Amino acid sequence: MARRSNRQIEHLLRRAGFGARPDELDFYGDLSIPDAVDTLVNFDQINTDIDSLIGQPGYVGYTTNGTFSPRTVIADARQRWLFRMVHSDRPLQEKMTLFWHNHFATGYTKLAGALGSAEGARYLAAKASEDPGGVRGQIEMLRDNALGNFRDILTNIARDTAMLFWLDGVTNTKTKPQENFGREIMELFTMGVGHYTEPDVYAAARVFSGWNVQRTGAGDALHYEFIYNAGQHETTAKTFSFPIYADGNPTIPARAAAGGMQDSLDLINALAGNPNTARYLATKLYRFFVSEFGAPDPSFVNAIASVYLQSGYDMKVVMREVLLSPQFWDPNNYFARYSWPVEFVVRALKDVGWTGFSVATALTPLSNMGQTLYEPPDVSGWRLGKAWFSTSAMLSRMNFAAQLATNQKFNIAARAKAAAAGQSPDTLLTFFQRELVTAPFDPGVVAELSTYLRSTGAWTGSDAQLQAKGSGLVHLLSGSSEYQFV
Amino acid sequence: MKVTRRQFVKFTGGGIGAFTMTFAAPEFLSDLARAQGAHVRNLVVLYLSGGNDSLSMLIPYNDPFYYSRRPTLAVPAGQVLQVGTDSSRVALGLHPRLTGLRQIFDQGRLALIQRTGYLNQSRSHFTGNDIWSTADPNNAAGLGWVGRYLDSLPSPVDALAGWNTTASMPHVLQSAQTAVPAIASPANYAFQSPNSGTEATAERTSVVRIASHVPIDRPELAFVYGSTQGALATLNKVATVATYNGSLAGAANYPANNGFAQALKAVAGAMVRGIGTRVFYVTTGGFDTHSGQNVVQTNGAYYNLMATLNDGLLAFYNDLRNQALLDDTLVLSFSEFGRRISENGSSGTDHGAASVMMAMGGRVNGGLYGTAPNLNTDPKNPTLENAAGDVTFETDFRSVYARVADNWLGTDSVSLLGGNFKKPVLTFV
Repeated sequence: MARRSNRQIEHLLRRAGFGARPDELDFYGDLSIPDAVDTLVNFDQINTDIDSLIGQPGYVGYTTNGTFSPRTVIADARQRWLFRMVHSDRPLQEKMTLFWHNHFATGYTKLAGALGSAEGARYLAAKASEDPGGVRGQIEMLRDNALGNFRDILTNIARDTAMLFWLDGVTNTKTKPQENFGREIMELFTMGVGHYTEPDVYAAARVFSGWNVQRTGAGDALHYEFIYNAGQHETTAKTFSFPIYADGNPTIPARAAAGGMQDSLDLINALAGNPNTARYLATKLYRFFVSEFGAPDPSFVNAIASVYLQSGYDMKVVMREVLLSPQFWDPNNYFARYSWPVEFVVRALKDVGWTGFSVATALTPLSNMGQTLYEPPDVSGWRLGKAWFSTSAMLSRMNFAAQLATNQKFNIAARAKAAAAGQSPDTLLTFFQRELVTAPFDPGVVAELSTYLRSTGAWTGSDAQLQAKGSGLVHLLSGSSEYQFV
Repeated sequence: MKVTRRQFVKFTGGGIGAFTMTFAAPEFLSDLARAQGAHVRNLVVLYLSGGNDSLSMLIPYNDPFYYSRRPTLAVPAGQVLQVGTDSSRVALGLHPRLTGLRQIFDQGRLALIQRTGYLNQSRSHFTGNDIWSTADPNNAAGLGWVGRYLDSLPSPVDALAGWNTTASMPHVLQSAQTAVPAIASPANYAFQSPNSGTEATAERTSVVRIASHVPIDRPELAFVYGSTQGALATLNKVATVATYNGSLAGAANYPANNGFAQALKAVAGAMVRGIGTRVFYVTTGGFDTHSGQNVVQTNGAYYNLMATLNDGLLAFYNDLRNQALLDDTLVLSFSEFGRRISENGSSGTDHGAASVMMAMGGRVNGGLYGTAPNLNTDPKNPTLENAAGDVTFETDFRSVYARVADNWLGTDSVSLLGGNFKKPVLTFV
């Protein structure tokens, strides 16, 4: 099946999703832009049980040792997420979950070191419906709240078992405040560096003292869950350099230990509503959804920051605004982002094909490209933009393109044949340039691609030639510099 | 930050030129030249990621406050590896696992520069790393200081003038004109194709030709073209490094399960093969020891950090000595900050300020530089800051960089660092 070209819908789905399968192009191509955006942001109205499709024929495959168990095996969790990115009919949900994963970047290795590998996977990737103890892993929480209220997301993150181990909240006590989470919630999760002081860090650590985990349940259901441990809460007043309450008061009052959990809720409320948080998030959204070229557009940042505040931190309202903004639809911003490795890999699968391909094959290449899901390098997330494009990472992208083209060689030839694209080198080139949309090629590059198709012998259009030249061309296109932009 | 590859592209004459250049003989020293006593000067930048608790690495073991402020983390005086006293007569010892570094210290080839940092030191990992990388506390978003050095070299700069042993680009290597390749594993650095034989050759030819069509008016795309060109230009030389296994026998060789040591093996291989690289970047992480730091216990968290560091550097040192490359090499370490003096409630340490830098190599004047902090909790203690919570800096880290720039790299530190940070007492190189 040839793809139904639609420049605007393709742009929308590269950003609000991971590119477009042919069936997605068909579905969204029938909608107006506002309707397409509404469909994307109101994904909760699309009934889907995406995970039930894993292992079914016609979908991308997986590879595992024994039973596929994303709840306890991190490699399986990675495959499940990649499967969802390829096949989910709620692309924006997966895209926002990835955005939040980078924002609240929590790494598996530290959890596995503290808790063991199965538990490390569990507190990141378990679904409550599949876990005997009802554990919902951090990424599942973010997925459930992908377009939820940002204050709720912050509250959930502060109570999240993986986060409590990742940023050492489990060791934060009354007598020995532990600063790690208190610092990062201000520096990386909300206001950004420069908007808090060192004394604020100490105060935040005291605010969160007593937020901890407890072991509960028995047998397979045994698990950690959040507990507010009043006995470990530091009860004196905490003063910040920024307002905590609506009247501008910067001091969280001294409270009895039993009611001290409110300290953190007050701080979270203040951070969610701080104008610097609004601008910090708006800037990050600009970089992820609109453009990484040049400085963020101030009018976008102002507009989105004010929608964020006026909506009471409702990310669905915010994202609808982002996807309908004039900056999003400015043609100069098409292909104005450096794709993340998972964006590149999933889009290549959607463009080139997945039948007979196992997502397990993509795990090592993704690591070589610099992005392993559930394993950001540190709490500040991945280094984005140009930092993805070291020479070795670029070579890894080119080599993944080669691996996928090798795997899909027969499918590629069959597609070209079905579309009668094998008549000449130029019909083949036109066909695959439409199947694998890239940032515009300079004419010299197109000429080189044509030269490549004419090399090594006369054109016959035979099956063997379509396999060789088709896979070679798909390799060249998906491994091109132009294809690395979304 | 504005980075373009235009000049890089211009200098190398585009992808085809760059590609064919890889078959030319290295312009740097041959084995024969080395045998005749000629030297080059390689710089290995070592980043200890996470904020190294240098008080657990270089220990003022006679300071009573060291023990009172670190009840579970202090190394008993009897276990430290004594390295003498500094100019303020503070007795110092290395962490007990640093037996190899002690050997190097005893040979006079390891310098420990105490209390390095800067005014109002950032306690943020990211801002801190940016500042140490740019050598500019006022513009931490600028180019890296090593990247700027590479930019200052006479053009054309070889595509392998720098070698980053990690998968992503560290800030310290970010440059305006010089694309430093990231080669985490020389063995995996190869070009793949869905076809074989003449078809595969035709494809590779096409990739090289396409890479020569750099879009001059699209800087972001041109940057990615630069990465592609860099990868293609370096494939063949890197292949020669992949076969290097080190000169040491058995357990003395680079430990297989130590990624840091394996990265140093690639660095040594690049030097031994003479592929022309002058600046290398290596890193070892896990230093953000907020909890369960376990400094003393065998296989404790910090103990293992020291094991990784020690075993990698010792193998590298001995290998380079065997290869007669020790005099050509300077290793310089940094970390984004030291850690708080008092341990926290989680038997760990939080983000602090000044720390210790290391310089190692055949031409290093080893020893103890600067003075140790006095750990007395008196808020007026001049060696501390933040109400005696953190170590305050005595030597601006840029003075260390300046010494390396002037006396090792042979460049002008004032222009490289944008100011005069020379400090004559820093005679470590």
